[in-house]
Amino acid sequence: MQEWANQLCENRQFGSKMTDSKYFTTTKKGEIFELKAELNSDKKEKKKEAVKKVIASMTVGKDVSALFPDVVNCMQTDNLELKKLVYLYLMNYAKSQPDMAIMAVNTFVKDCEDPNPLIRALAVRTMGCIRVDKITEYLCEPLRKCLKDEDPYVRKTAAVCVAKLHDINAQLVEDQGFLDTLKDLISDSNPMVVANAVAALSEIAESHPNSNLLDLNPQTINKLLTALNECTEWGQIFILDCLANYTPRDDRESQSICERVTPRLSHANSAVVLSAVKVLMKFMEMLPKDLDYYGTLLKKLAPPLVTLLSAEPELQYVALRNINLIVQRRPEILKHEMKVFFVKYNDPIYVKLEKLDIMIRLASQANIAQVLAELKEYATEVDVDFVRKAVRAIGRCAIKVEQSAERCVSTLLDLIQTKVNYVVQEAIVVIKDIFRKYPNKYESVIATLCENLDSLDEPEARAAMIWIVGEYAERIDNADELLESFLEGFHDESTQVQLQLLTAIVKLFLKKPTETQELVQQVLSLATQDSDNPDLRDRGYIYWRLLSTDPVAAKEVVLAEKPLISEETDLIEPTLLEELICHIGTLASVYHKPPSAFVEGSRGVQHKRLPATANSGESVESPDASSAAAVADAPPAVIPSQGDLLGDLLNLDLTPTTTGPTPAVSTGIQMGAMDLLGGGLDSLLGGDLGGSPAMGAGFGAPPAAMPASFAAPVSGGGLDDLFDLGGGVGLPMGAYSPPKTVWVPAMKAKGLEISGTFARRAGVIQMEMTLSNKAMSVMTDFAIQFNRNSFGLAPAGPLQVLIPLSPNQSIEVTLPLNTVGPVMKMDPLSNLQVAVKNNIDVFYFSCQYPISILFVEDGKMERQVFLATWKDIPNENESQFQIKDCHLSSDAASSKLQGSNIFTIAKRTVDGQDMLYQSMKLSNGIWVLAELRVQAGNPNYTVSLKCRALEVSQCVFQSYEAVLKN
Amino acid sequence: MLYIKTVGAIFFRFTYGLTLYDGIYFCLRVHRSAGGSSVALLPFWRQCWQSAAEMIHSLFLINPTGDVFLEKHWKSVISRSVCDYFFEAREKAVTPENVAPVLQTPHHYLISIYRGKLFFLSVVQTEVSPLFVIEFLHRVADTFQDYFGECSETIINDNMVVVYELLEEMLDNGFPLATESSVLKELIKPPNILRSVVNTLTGGSNVGSSLPTSHLSTIPWRRNGVKYTHNEAYFDVIEEIDAIVDKSGMTVFAEIQGVVEACVRLSGMPDLTLSFVNPRLLDDVSFHPCVRFKRWESERVLSFIPPDGNFTLMTYHVSSQNLVSIPVYVKQNISFFDSGSSGRMDITVGPKQTMGKTVEGLSVTIHMPKSVLTVDLTATQGNYTYDLTAKVLVWDIGKLNPQKLPTLQGSLSIQAGVPKPVENPSLNIDLKIEQLAISGIKVSRLDLFGEKYKTFKGVKYVTKAGNFQVRT
Repeated sequence: MQEWANQLCENRQFGSKMTDSKYFTTTKKGEIFELKAELNSDKKEKKKEAVKKVIASMTVGKDVSALFPDVVNCMQTDNLELKKLVYLYLMNYAKSQPDMAIMAVNTFVKDCEDPNPLIRALAVRTMGCIRVDKITEYLCEPLRKCLKDEDPYVRKTAAVCVAKLHDINAQLVEDQGFLDTLKDLISDSNPMVVANAVAALSEIAESHPNSNLLDLNPQTINKLLTALNECTEWGQIFILDCLANYTPRDDRESQSICERVTPRLSHANSAVVLSAVKVLMKFMEMLPKDLDYYGTLLKKLAPPLVTLLSAEPELQYVALRNINLIVQRRPEILKHEMKVFFVKYNDPIYVKLEKLDIMIRLASQANIAQVLAELKEYATEVDVDFVRKAVRAIGRCAIKVEQSAERCVSTLLDLIQTKVNYVVQEAIVVIKDIFRKYPNKYESVIATLCENLDSLDEPEARAAMIWIVGEYAERIDNADELLESFLEGFHDESTQVQLQLLTAIVKLFLKKPTETQELVQQVLSLATQDSDNPDLRDRGYIYWRLLSTDPVAAKEVVLAEKPLISEETDLIEPTLLEELICHIGTLASVYHKPPSAFVEGSRGVQHKRLPATANSGESVESPDASSAAAVADAPPAVIPSQGDLLGDLLNLDLTPTTTGPTPAVSTGIQMGAMDLLGGGLDSLLGGDLGGSPAMGAGFGAPPAAMPASFAAPVSGGGLDDLFDLGGGVGLPMGAYSPPKTVWVPAMKAKGLEISGTFARRAGVIQMEMTLSNKAMSVMTDFAIQFNRNSFGLAPAGPLQVLIPLSPNQSIEVTLPLNTVGPVMKMDPLSNLQVAVKNNIDVFYFSCQYPISILFVEDGKMERQVFLATWKDIPNENESQFQIKDCHLSSDAASSKLQGSNIFTIAKRTVDGQDMLYQSMKLSNGIWVLAELRVQAGNPNYTVSLKCRALEVSQCVFQSYEAVLKN
Repeated sequence: MLYIKTVGAIFFRFTYGLTLYDGIYFCLRVHRSAGGSSVALLPFWRQCWQSAAEMIHSLFLINPTGDVFLEKHWKSVISRSVCDYFFEAREKAVTPENVAPVLQTPHHYLISIYRGKLFFLSVVQTEVSPLFVIEFLHRVADTFQDYFGECSETIINDNMVVVYELLEEMLDNGFPLATESSVLKELIKPPNILRSVVNTLTGGSNVGSSLPTSHLSTIPWRRNGVKYTHNEAYFDVIEEIDAIVDKSGMTVFAEIQGVVEACVRLSGMPDLTLSFVNPRLLDDVSFHPCVRFKRWESERVLSFIPPDGNFTLMTYHVSSQNLVSIPVYVKQNISFFDSGSSGRMDITVGPKQTMGKTVEGLSVTIHMPKSVLTVDLTATQGNYTYDLTAKVLVWDIGKLNPQKLPTLQGSLSIQAGVPKPVENPSLNIDLKIEQLAISGIKVSRLDLFGEKYKTFKGVKYVTKAGNFQVRT
């Protein structure tokens, strides 16, 4: 800073004597001291100069708060400039010196009475900026007066001040009735006052989502529309944004508002234009499509959007992000404007990328030739990111416009010939998608692709190439060699490539079983034995089992018909799109995320919806709307355009195997665990050892000797994996799980009905729920959260509701739980409070879980320990319960209880009465010991429970009863 | 980013058995931390404090070397360390023009513009309209330009206190207060040498002490009591051609960005009407707020009470392909040889559709591939320069003589051992044609109502190349 100031001093020597830089010259050691002296000087002029120096220091971020009392002393002055400067200072530092700030109050109050409206307004404005609680109390009276001031300048300043005050102390504002005064200002005669009142109310409403602050009715709307014509550009934005929240009563009102808003489309301020576009896009929904005005409006929307693209690049960027949304919702608006999105050489990169996106969205049979010519041009540009996206775009065009596919492929081949590394890699990635879309059409180019195998160094391109080799293994003579070459560095590859390689080799094996057994074994053992990656291991095991148990099924699964990929790529989900359309021009529209998702602390933001169409018959929708609906019904497999996204989805997208095998495996698992070790695997092996050419026969063969290498992975940790996958089918007897009960009726949760139960399956606690949509609209964005509870139950993962829940649809969800969440004792003990969120709202409910789900598998106590513990626990911790009407033998009871991890340690028979000694352990380490007395012929059992934590006994007893009676 | 994905925002009403916390809302926020994510519970009031909705929270001005040289906070002070996220993005973007205008940081959004080698960086905390912020920032830069004649670091530093006063006057609590130049100038007098001297001598002030007359009128852009001895109104119709011409000389895309700049010095409250010979050309227009839109809709005339001084009356856009004439053609051949690390270049420029006017100020800018080391060229007219570091060749031609077409030809030498460039260099053309609006738009007359004095009127036309690109 010192250096910088010196530099400024030098500047000064070069002649800029009359400028403010002179205020920087005293950056010496005793600067503060000097300033203090000057501030207390008798000479007015000197004082003013000193305050200027202080302000100058402040602007560059220097701390001059030590001068607070001295500066405040200068406040009482007739000189407006000095007053303003002091106010500037106060606003900056009042927060850090609240006690000192009180000193200024009197002057403020006095200034609020000043005959000069400028001073009155300045005082009330500054007071509002001083975020000190104590001051706010003194602010109320002056503010009340200013809100009713005769001068509109003061009123409009006061309106904003209410918002400031609300931010500091909301309660105070409500108590003082300022909100009502503010509402009255909406009817003010001066349009600027109206605009500021609207802005202030909107701001306050944002933190009070449910308040009816902006109670919009036709009368207020009319006032707003009148003010809209006359207020400043910024005021117009506030009013337009406010209008966008209104829902007109009918299409006629909607049209009349649209008519009065359209002139704003010709405003020079782009923010006004975009806010107007938002209002029109929203209200248009209500207009009948056969109305003449509807067509007129559509035509009127295009030119202003195009004009936004000739503004400064920053504005262009925001406009483009919004146009992206508009094009998805109403492609007809800009369908003839393709050319304005052509990329110019000197556009900034962020504009280029956005333009490219929109070009693809607008691409159609009519303009595809032009688009392709452009894209080819872009592919030779300098910027790597841009070139990549352009190449990718060519692929997307091929998929979108079938007629162009051939031309796209040949363009891509031309690009591959350039041998520019990243171009080749991108081209291969998109060609893979083209193969999927148009099977058996362009495979002749595979040879060219294979030539470039060595140059691929990016995971995505490698994975794509491997997929191609695997998919067309039968046509590529040296497919096994190609794949084998990848296998050498298997562990250095990224997961994406590893998974793809695994699948490709399995495909190859199923197609050419004779030559590739060694290869498939190699990859299976690499995937299952040597890898830490659970996804890879799981997939490896699934293939392994599949191949070993039922090769025909394996063929059906692995080489299944692939689902079609959709034409339109990375479309925004329709409900989200609707919401985003309501938020045109905001940050949400730039990030394409709902505002609730990302703006910090915007918990108040309500989900906005487009109004329903006037002609409510859904069947008479325009083509775009009906296609949107179709998307909602059956979400298509979408090709992601961005690299990172593709990484995520690649598994789902490229390999049908990940979705396919799950049901197949669960049928396979019925055979039981032994079978896995016995028949199937060995038969694969048998074929191998015996060198039998007919694999089918080999699979049926009785087990041969099992080499150690095969036994190792399967009997190790791997087996557990398989059981997990099978969802506990492998357990000898299922743990008790109560039937599902309705937790939240649809009436209480805006149409969402939740019923569910808890279970412990294969050591994993699960919450099994049925979510039913009984509302009229699609539900999405499900999430769940638990309140703290007695045993720290918490979701182990997000709620997996991947597809939107359509009306009248139900979905079964299983949520794995863990017990590492925050703990708080509940009453009753097993009470659990849950919040479920969806796109509509958040719903709260509570339910009780059977404590048996917390009994862990290693709850069997050693006999000796049991005896010692039993004696150790004092008798007052023992509680007795009766279980009535139970007709099980003691052995049956014992085995039934064991299913729920209540282990019988010993059994004694005394006088025809069986005494079972049992133990169980809760997930938090609490041991419960039990004595169960069963008398032959007596349906009433007696349970005695001993536990150090007495509170759990009641719950444990309930579990006993529930388990034994079910 | 994490908190976006995980919780969105789930809110809990904690109905504890004990009543202590009854009814208090808690909000879950997941913080990003080095070790992973942790969930923090923030009480409602605290959240509320943070969610304080405002538009622009703070403004930082950043110079080309990446130093913050001015900061202004309209609410609480935000540490300038928030700019580090911006510097990171700046670092990645290679050139300053390529920094994305909207950046997300864990707690704030940074919205910036790049003007005159300076970044205007605003910090916002809540949902705002980014266009609103960007427009406002441009308005701030315009105001500096207007006040100080330029918008540079030096000039801002020299006028720090005025700058600060201006910023305070332009924005209140995030709401734009006074952005009209006419209003601002009445509140805060622009500095000039003479007044500075007078102020110093007399202790005068550069702050207006009364409420600006136009502040709340329905015509905020004009102050009362304007008086001139010479009343004059001049209009410049400036058209810029944006075009992309491909290798073969075909026009891929062309449009005209037109603007009518006005310089009006008229006394009193003049009401002007400007009409065109062929207003049908104008189907995509944006107006200064002073233009009465209704009259335009019904009569296709511009009716307005003008601001005092210079202002942009209207911008328009002609995109219909057949209306856009391309004034020059470029014959070019740039090729690189497979061997010998060299290439050849041959460019000729000639007139195409000039409507009989002379093309002036002609220049061609070529961004060469990175591997082009030096050029050895001869120009039949004008001079050329080659910037070795930026790899930009500029050929300054001047006036285009249709009888003797200018050519530039010669050889290019390429770095040895590097494969021949794959990208095609692109040519940017600059030119100017006086007394011609290439779209053919013509002002027919200007009428003055409301005042009775003699007015000097004039209309000037000029056509320039905007973003005029020729591909090779």
